[in-house]
Amino acid sequence: MLYLQLFWVYFKIGLFGFGGGYAMISLIQYEVVEHYQWLSLSEFTDVVAISQMTPGPIGINSATYIGYVTTGSIFGSMLTTFALCLPSFILVVTISKLLLKYNDNLYVRSIFAALRPTIVGLIAAAALLLMNSENFTDWKSIVFCAGAFALVRWTKIHPIWVICIAGLAGYIVYG
Amino acid sequence: MFSLFTTFFKIGLFTFGGGWAMIPAIEKEVVDIKKWLSKEEFLDALVISQSLPGILAVNISILVGQKRFGQKGSLIATLGTVLPSFILILLIAMFFVKIYDNPIVVAIFKGIRPAVVALIIAPVLSTAKSAKIGWRTVWIPGLIALLVWQWGISPVYLILVVVAIGLTIQYFKSRKA
Repeated sequence: MLYLQLFWVYFKIGLFGFGGGYAMISLIQYEVVEHYQWLSLSEFTDVVAISQMTPGPIGINSATYIGYVTTGSIFGSMLTTFALCLPSFILVVTISKLLLKYNDNLYVRSIFAALRPTIVGLIAAAALLLMNSENFTDWKSIVFCAGAFALVRWTKIHPIWVICIAGLAGYIVYG
Repeated sequence: MFSLFTTFFKIGLFTFGGGWAMIPAIEKEVVDIKKWLSKEEFLDALVISQSLPGILAVNISILVGQKRFGQKGSLIATLGTVLPSFILILLIAMFFVKIYDNPIVVAIFKGIRPAVVALIIAPVLSTAKSAKIGWRTVWIPGLIALLVWQWGISPVYLILVVVAIGLTIQYFKSRKA
């Protein structure tokens, strides 16, 4: 049953994951944390951190991680990763040629015009959901978050370094 | 066919961040070095990959593989892209479970978690800018965020509703014209 649920969840994430990695985080979070409660919110945050620090797309990284952690088997990882990529295969084979032809179609444009602000909202929801007491344990957490935000926003520093700096700061402050 | 696998494996292994970070690397390999696709073909593939749901790097691997080597090619290219992350994350998952309660690890992640939140707030602002969200349209992402955050509505349903709204708006626009 768990395997079936994992397959279905990651198939859905692959099928509705518009707008790239960060938008996908909100879909993954909804299913994995809110709905099925396979991971706690702080565990999920750690998965996002690990995904940022390792190569490859965040979707694949989370699928592989959650597939393993929930089932304790490599097969679980294979299943979730496969399920995540399956909609892409189906869609490329079926509609990729049509999409190129109808890219200027008014209906297609209208759909994407409506999806764009939606994606902004989904990423905002992901950020808001992560701002709870599991991730923000005290006032120092707020300082960490503000500092990291300032680094990402106003310097060209890569997110990997932001996480490394935050990890080091965490070790110094809490360790 | 083997070089298709190794090329995408290399890209999967050395590009951090996924998505847009991978595109220049893929273009360089596929268009400039291996010449599997022309520049125009690559741009077409990019347009399709972006419009389709799912992982951008996976979509583009499927398209490049298919274009050059057919159905088998799309499987091999995708396997190349996915495998480095898969192996690495699997090793981390196996190892991480064991050290999760270590006090040093706990301290490090206490520092990392708020930073991850910041890393997700930043793209809210940048995607809002590229989606041209202004004072008159800010209620749309605001409402979406509120529905997911406070009412726990599934993003999947919201996406379906938004697609339907997009179609309906265009339907009435076309009828008027």
